[in-house]
Amino acid sequence: MLPSLVLLLVFLAGPIGYCVYYAFTDMQLTGAVGTHFVGFRNFTRAFGDSDFLNAVELTLLFVVGSAVIGQNTVGLALAVLMEKASKPVRSITSGVVIAAWVLPEVVAGYLMYAFFYQRGSLNAILHFLHLPQQDWLYTLPILAVCLANVWRGTAFSMLVFSAALGDVPQELVEAAEMDGAGPWQRLWRVTLPLIRRSILTNLMLITLQTLSVFGLIYTMTQGGPGRKSETLPIFMYQEAFNDSLIGYGTAVALVLLVVGALFSVVYIRLLNVEED
Amino acid sequence: MAVTESPRLERPRPLPSASRPGWSRRGRARAARTGVNTLLLLFSVLYLVPLAWMLLASVNAHADFTLSVPHPTTENFRHALNYDTTYRPMLNGLLLCGGGTLLCVVCAILAAYPLSRFRSRLRRPFLYTILFSTGLPITAVMIPVYSMFVQVDLIDSMPAATLFLAASALPFGIWLMKNFMDGVPVVLEEAARIDGANTMQVLWRIVLPLMWPGVTVVTIFTFISMWGNFFVPFILLLSPEKLPASVSVFTFLSAHGETQYGQLSAFSILYSLPVVMLYLLLARRLGRGFALGGALKG
Repeated sequence: MLPSLVLLLVFLAGPIGYCVYYAFTDMQLTGAVGTHFVGFRNFTRAFGDSDFLNAVELTLLFVVGSAVIGQNTVGLALAVLMEKASKPVRSITSGVVIAAWVLPEVVAGYLMYAFFYQRGSLNAILHFLHLPQQDWLYTLPILAVCLANVWRGTAFSMLVFSAALGDVPQELVEAAEMDGAGPWQRLWRVTLPLIRRSILTNLMLITLQTLSVFGLIYTMTQGGPGRKSETLPIFMYQEAFNDSLIGYGTAVALVLLVVGALFSVVYIRLLNVEED
Repeated sequence: MAVTESPRLERPRPLPSASRPGWSRRGRARAARTGVNTLLLLFSVLYLVPLAWMLLASVNAHADFTLSVPHPTTENFRHALNYDTTYRPMLNGLLLCGGGTLLCVVCAILAAYPLSRFRSRLRRPFLYTILFSTGLPITAVMIPVYSMFVQVDLIDSMPAATLFLAASALPFGIWLMKNFMDGVPVVLEEAARIDGANTMQVLWRIVLPLMWPGVTVVTIFTFISMWGNFFVPFILLLSPEKLPASVSVFTFLSAHGETQYGQLSAFSILYSLPVVMLYLLLARRLGRGFALGGALKG
């Protein structure tokens, strides 16, 4: 017990406490001698900073688009469809989806960079289908990183939902079928209500994961072009290291941490409900 | 559980499907299955394209963004397989992640045992804190960690980075480990205690041998997540000769003005290989959905 406590206190609780302290100072990388307590100035500055607000907006887009809508829905759809598919198809699909998940973050970023690149595979496919092409990483970088995150992260939701669907008692589904419910009605009125809790916990977990994605976006676009794909983690990194404003960067980190903490609390409440 | 809240089925329904004209029930089921299969295969192809591109580019001497290999070659791999490009980053990764994993697993075992076995008033709050910290975005903590490490002169130190990696993986490790430990029956322990074994002896001789599968899962899982971690070594380590593969991929991308996509793909494959193999081991051993049981069940 003791070693864990020491590790956790020194390396997790410590930095978090530090984070709270630094967020209220004007610490800079250059000449850290003149670090002063500045109260809430970092926060008022952040909320008046159009680049910060831009990052907040992009983070929201990224989390809602790639986690809540993308990974969650695609994962559910895959899990539902795979129940009905034949065995070889099921293994192929889960194989490729999980492969994308297992690859290290940076490799996934590199592959997605190549996929969305102007002369990359996506445009080749679109050309083949006679659809309009785009320079994705330049015109729609946030969409590109969202789709990349869906590509990489869907396996998690798929596994959660497959496990949940496996627990749904078949008698109930069959009873609904006997009563004449079509496939959609069975899904909406029987299956989904039964796995409601899995859906909620999954949503919490993927939201938390997506909130802190850094490597994927950094390898694909570095937040650019301009600031068009600069989510909060990237913004925080740029402020702290490229602009040497550690205090300001930490204030942003604290905002991120608080948002994460709120989601974490909701997640625990959900688990708690399940226990009772 | 939720089964009791069965949906309302008593509403009037249309007549059973058998009375509808046209396809038989079985014929429709078959058609539906074909449709589902086609849809999933199309989806898989879309998923496969980037992976296939990497595999093809790695054996293509003049790789660009198209999916083609005129003459397969091992040139890219030969270029990538040298000390500076591949062996050293992999070795660094092994030191960082191996050390971090070992530390994390040992600490997790020691912390999980009292949490799983002894009731105390601190147990619940502690468990909630652990669960709470598994949810915190570690990315956000990196900047204060950086400033902290600068002040105590630990930047660019591999042992310090290892310690931090271990600490950041610890909450989830403890949580998983505790759930596995709960599955070990207490009866055997009591017998050992009557024979005069102390707590440590019980833990190492009785409990652990019974939960090797669980320990393996936590170990492999921790290692995989550390191996893929980019941000932590990216922030905490500076010298090129200390960087693990996750960061050196990146220097590869930006350092050479003209990126050699073939060599980069070859390197990416080499770098991904250990975790893919570990994952296969894990999946074969425990079936699908292995680690999620621990993450999602209270």
